[in-house]
Amino acid sequence: MHTDQLIACPTCDVLNRDEDVKPHTVARCARCGTVLAAPKSGAMTRIAMLSLTALVLLAAAAGFPFLELRAQGLSHQASVLDAVLAFSSGPMAPLSLATALLIVLLPAARYCALIYTLAPMALGWRPAPHAAAAYRWAERLKPWAMAEIFIIGVAVALVKVSGLARVGLGPAFWAFAALLVVTILTDNAICRLTVWKTLKTRSAS
Amino acid sequence: MENPENPQRFLTAAAAGLAGCRVCGTANPGGARACTCCGSPLAAADPASLQRVWAWLAAGLIAYVPANVYPMLRTTTFGRSSENTLIGGIAELFSHGSYGVALIVFFASIVIPVAKFLAIAYLAVSVRKLAALGSHGRLVLYEVVEFIGRWSMIDVFVVAILTALVQLDFAAAIAPGMAAVSFAISVAFTMLAAQSFDPRLIWNAESENLNDHA
Ligand SMILES: [Zn+2]
Ligand SMILES: [Zn+2]
Repeated sequence: MHTDQLIACPTCDVLNRDEDVKPHTVARCARCGTVLAAPKSGAMTRIAMLSLTALVLLAAAAGFPFLELRAQGLSHQASVLDAVLAFSSGPMAPLSLATALLIVLLPAARYCALIYTLAPMALGWRPAPHAAAAYRWAERLKPWAMAEIFIIGVAVALVKVSGLARVGLGPAFWAFAALLVVTILTDNAICRLTVWKTLKTRSAS
Repeated sequence: MENPENPQRFLTAAAAGLAGCRVCGTANPGGARACTCCGSPLAAADPASLQRVWAWLAAGLIAYVPANVYPMLRTTTFGRSSENTLIGGIAELFSHGSYGVALIVFFASIVIPVAKFLAIAYLAVSVRKLAALGSHGRLVLYEVVEFIGRWSMIDVFVVAILTALVQLDFAAAIAPGMAAVSFAISVAFTMLAAQSFDPRLIWNAESENLNDHA
């Protein structure tokens, strides 16, 4: 059998036969059960659209204030930029950069890479140059893109200061909440090996 | 191979002389250094790679100590300042009656990191011998660790948010403490430890043991 007809399971290395999988069914590794193929009709279009939505939401979430604090006649708003700069003085400065990376820059980079890789596929075009490298980076960045974790942090912070002062929700709070949903939808829509297979067949043709 | 007591025997890419790609699943010809499909570097599952897991894990564990000892937050209200450690912050939430949020922070900052240290150590140790938990159980453990580890970052974000938000001059101001930095570093290091673990090793121990019995 030619090696093109085999898939080495990424989790356990067992060779599985690469059969054509009907849309909306799932092929799993015979030994460990890792999903090897989960083709869905229009998945590429959906992932590209969701990524685009996520980018817009991320821009809104980064620009507007997410919480507003009022106490003793004083008020103070905080945006993501403020949260990033919160650590900017003294020995905490590296943490400032890390926060910026985790909440804004890495998620944005990941969604850009996803759009770059998948939009040409959604349109039925040939993959863009270096699409494989872009998609590899999108997958590597996935655990480090933490925009959706930030919203839980905002919720916890909201409870913590509620005793201290009155807190109002800013527009960015809702942008982050929507981003949480879009991120979950995107991650559920992506089947890594199916994307790779599509990339492989499209670049060959 | 001839053992009839092994009803299901699976052929791995490594056993077939091929190099399986952990990123895209392509079965590359043996000895290839980079995947022909996605360009990822190829490396056989090697127990020696566990050294990296242990190194990141030890670094994460070391960073977790100051994260618990030093203050996470320094709150100044009307000129009086108080410091809050990780545990102190959770206790305060609890005493204010915010049980749900206290529980979330307790899980993210204490339960998940400690469970993660133990789980990664267990996975790394159990590669050498057939463990009490079967291969499937350990795979589930590995996937849970990979998925849940990043959520520990919540408390670092809370500190950043509070610092940015509570800047009301004299009335109230919050500044981050050393623990925020060491906690962030600890979470990052344990994430790297989990990523350095090669799940293919879970099954290697199994097949080696079966060979021993045969
Ligand atoms: Zn498998
Ligand atoms: Zn590959």
